[in-house]
Amino acid sequence: MNAVAYVHEQLTVNKEVPKFKAGDNVTVNYKIIEGNKERIQSFKGDVIKRQGQGATATFTVRKISDGVGVERLFPVNSPNIESIVLHKVGKVNRAKLFYLRERSGKSARIKEKRY
Amino acid sequence: MKGIIGKKIGMTSIFGTDGKQTACTIIEAGPCTVTQVKTADTDGYTSTQIAYGDKKEKNSTKAEINHFAKANTTAKRVVKEFRDYSLNKSLGDTITVDIFTEGESVEVVGTTKGKGFQGVVKRHGFHGVGEASHGQHDRQRAPGSVGGSSYPSRVFKGMRMAGRMGQDRVKVKGLKIVKIFPEKNYLLISGSVPGHNGSIVLIQK
Repeated sequence: MNAVAYVHEQLTVNKEVPKFKAGDNVTVNYKIIEGNKERIQSFKGDVIKRQGQGATATFTVRKISDGVGVERLFPVNSPNIESIVLHKVGKVNRAKLFYLRERSGKSARIKEKRY
Repeated sequence: MKGIIGKKIGMTSIFGTDGKQTACTIIEAGPCTVTQVKTADTDGYTSTQIAYGDKKEKNSTKAEINHFAKANTTAKRVVKEFRDYSLNKSLGDTITVDIFTEGESVEVVGTTKGKGFQGVVKRHGFHGVGEASHGQHDRQRAPGSVGGSSYPSRVFKGMRMAGRMGQDRVKVKGLKIVKIFPEKNYLLISGSVPGHNGSIVLIQK
């Protein structure tokens, strides 16, 4: 086993995270620490990117909030992520959905995958 | 001073208890062998010579083999000397990552990546000459004037110009030891250290 993978294995706490990829609709519940208070905030949107591997892997979630596109990037292994809920599996032809940034309304939708 | 020789493995990041992500470098450090102890009486100064990494016997000279034989060890690839070694080590002793503790502040010495022949903008942080328009042409990364024509009518010594960049010995101070893996001889050090993956670095305090 190479050294980087070994260090990852020693230091990352394995959490149950649903399998998701770009195009999926998810809710990320993450902890916010204000002073000494801690609360959970959720961010619901489409995953437009998954990047990296091991401890440094991240994903980007995009949503339209009050007509404004908002993107948030989360480290997959962050201890501040309380849970990730998978709502819909999207049918997309790309791994990176940056084209959604130029679209709005109907064309910015992602079709749900039907099995 | 205390120190150890290591090999840069690569970078990763870890999460702290507050959830913050810290970039870290993995270094495989030691085990090193003390191959010579120099004293003020015999050598005029005090230092400890330590060696790291095995070398094939057929690639070693007899002088090397016999020098290492005094410390009861095989030929080593890297030999470094630390002045005024603070740990009491005698000939043949082994130095491992245990000499450090987690959270300790250390210095890392290494050779930076070679960048080849570079211009003044990259090498010295010049801003280039002028703008792209207003009649200027091909001047965006130029060094500008290097010496006036009437005075000084020459170029001063040490004028910063284009040239070979990188491959310098560099010491990075104030890095922290985040984690130690004694079973694998790994050190996890906060931030970046000079050099390529696989290059030799000194971790010292």
